[in-house]
Amino acid sequence: MIAAAAVARRIVEGKLSNTAQNLASAEKIRNNPKFRELVSKRTRFAWTLSVIVLVMYFGFIALIAFNKALLATPLGVGINTTIGFPLGVGVILGAVILTGIYVYRANGEFDELNRQIIEESR
Amino acid sequence: MRTTMTALAGALAAFGTLLATGTAAMAAGADLGQAAQQATNWHAIVMFLLFVAGTLAITYWAAKRTKTAADFYAAGGGITGFQNGLAIAGDYMSAASFLGISALVYGSGYDGLIFSVGWLVGWPIILFLIAERLRNLGKYTFADVASYRLGRTPVRTFAATGSLVVVIFYLIGQMVGAGQLIKLLFGMEYIYAVIIVGALMMIYVTFGGMVATTWVQIIKAGLLLSGATVIAFGVMYQFGFSFEQLFARAIEVHPKHEAIMSPGTLVSNPIDAVSLGIALMFGTAGLPHILMRFFTVPDAREARKSVFYATGFIGYFYILTFIIGFGAICLVATNPAYLDVVKGGLNLRGGNNMAAIHLAHAIGGDLFLGFISAVAFATILAVVSGLTLAGASAISHDLYASVFMHGKTTEGKEVTVSRYASLGLGVIAVLLGIVFEKQNVAFIVALTFSVAASANFPVLVMSMFWSGLTTRGAVIGGTIGLVTSVVLVVLSKAVWVQSFGYAEPIVPYAYPAIFSMPAAFFFTWLFSVLDNSPRAAKERAAFEAQSIRSETGLGAEGAAAH
Repeated sequence: MIAAAAVARRIVEGKLSNTAQNLASAEKIRNNPKFRELVSKRTRFAWTLSVIVLVMYFGFIALIAFNKALLATPLGVGINTTIGFPLGVGVILGAVILTGIYVYRANGEFDELNRQIIEESR
Repeated sequence: MRTTMTALAGALAAFGTLLATGTAAMAAGADLGQAAQQATNWHAIVMFLLFVAGTLAITYWAAKRTKTAADFYAAGGGITGFQNGLAIAGDYMSAASFLGISALVYGSGYDGLIFSVGWLVGWPIILFLIAERLRNLGKYTFADVASYRLGRTPVRTFAATGSLVVVIFYLIGQMVGAGQLIKLLFGMEYIYAVIIVGALMMIYVTFGGMVATTWVQIIKAGLLLSGATVIAFGVMYQFGFSFEQLFARAIEVHPKHEAIMSPGTLVSNPIDAVSLGIALMFGTAGLPHILMRFFTVPDAREARKSVFYATGFIGYFYILTFIIGFGAICLVATNPAYLDVVKGGLNLRGGNNMAAIHLAHAIGGDLFLGFISAVAFATILAVVSGLTLAGASAISHDLYASVFMHGKTTEGKEVTVSRYASLGLGVIAVLLGIVFEKQNVAFIVALTFSVAASANFPVLVMSMFWSGLTTRGAVIGGTIGLVTSVVLVVLSKAVWVQSFGYAEPIVPYAYPAIFSMPAAFFFTWLFSVLDNSPRAAKERAAFEAQSIRSETGLGAEGAAAH
């Protein structure tokens, strides 16, 4: 699969950036329903994941600010590990996993849609 | 090209002399009854010299293939996502986070995790909202993106100022930390340590540009990740790979006992907790040396991949620093050889930032201590090189080429200006490092992240997402964020009381971001909506074309052919 940006790059290499052809392409992209589909899908996905990260992180911060006792609760009788540990490490792992999910979908589904949009604009 | 190489050879010779002087100073220091340290220092120095020799060889190779501005600023856009992910990790994982977080865990346990989590969660936000748009719109600096459809002169001036403020404050923190650390590890005079760091970073950046900087960062990331892995493995091995056993022992030997298992006194009030959280999370997305790394990959696809790899490496590293901190409680605090007998308690010989270093010795003896010391030095070099290159680009690409010459200059001249700017920044960093030697620089990291979150981040995000943004709004709002964050830090306890010596701080909060970042967003919005000039109308109308390019990459700057 040719990456969309690579297609765009060919346009640039022909020194066509900001020229009539590029403007014509931009005009075609604007009117292509797939462009609106790409932008709305990807934007919604990105903001949803951002909100998840924000809630995870500021939820964690809120516990530190307002409910330290909860984080200090041991995981069980006779166990030293407190709830705070899996929560903190969980935020770190959650952040890594969410970036993985985004890259998987953006570099697959979204880039394919993007490639079609660029192809159809030429 | 020949003059460049002659200059490189001259600089190398000068560096050799410097190092010899430093070594002599170390030998003299060793005579003062620190015989035990002398033996270990040589391991560190030999390993550090190997690192320096390797990175200088890379710089020589990089200098030969750095010809155009794209090579100098962005390594020709030819770095892969995986390489860039490692380089980002190398750019971001500073000695402050390696030694500082493990020291924080050593001193108060759980509190260290608050910083680790905060420093990591900025990365998903960078990926979801910034990375691909930045790659599609920009060329060499984030000012390219902020000024894409806005007034070139005012917006670039603002963005370059924001970049330089962040770069210079961050450099002060790194230089002072480097000087203190190297003084301890290598037994070298503070001033020589600062000069060596400054000289090496000038050589890397001036001759090798982004290619050399990238490889220094990649090598450093590899060394730091493997070194930290070995320490953490050594700790877990001693406790049968059971966190329960590790924690049980730590609770038993630490004077705070159970208190180390939950958040303590680090963040005393809710405002500070949230404010620190905001600064750490959004500040990352406003650091010019980090944003610049996204222009080194060929396209948005590789830019995304690089964030995923970087987040994985950085997250893994922070989990390791946590194990290292607890390991230090169990294995370092219990051994009188590592403790400061004068200060007593948990205080370590050479200060608590030595927790990870002493732990390396406890686990792997003199040889491994030498390795970790050399890694700590390499870590600082990689971070300051990235900072210097970002600062030099702001001066040459934004201020010189766009603002002063109005784009009427050649690439060659721009790169020459950039090389001189790197040298100038290097000299400034060394001088500031010397001036701030005895100062408390603990507030510098908070200040840097707060300024980045309050000045650079709001303008960058609004330029990419909000069609209503105008030049007037961006410059006034961003400047308000910049000034508010700096003033609030100056009036807080860290500077007003601890540096200026007043009895009471004027501002009771340690971190300004909770006030300064919303202020920047609000005034950027306000002055944009109030802007009825014809220019503002044009700028709003240009948003659609910008958004087509930022979403699809149509017309984006591609990699230079090699």
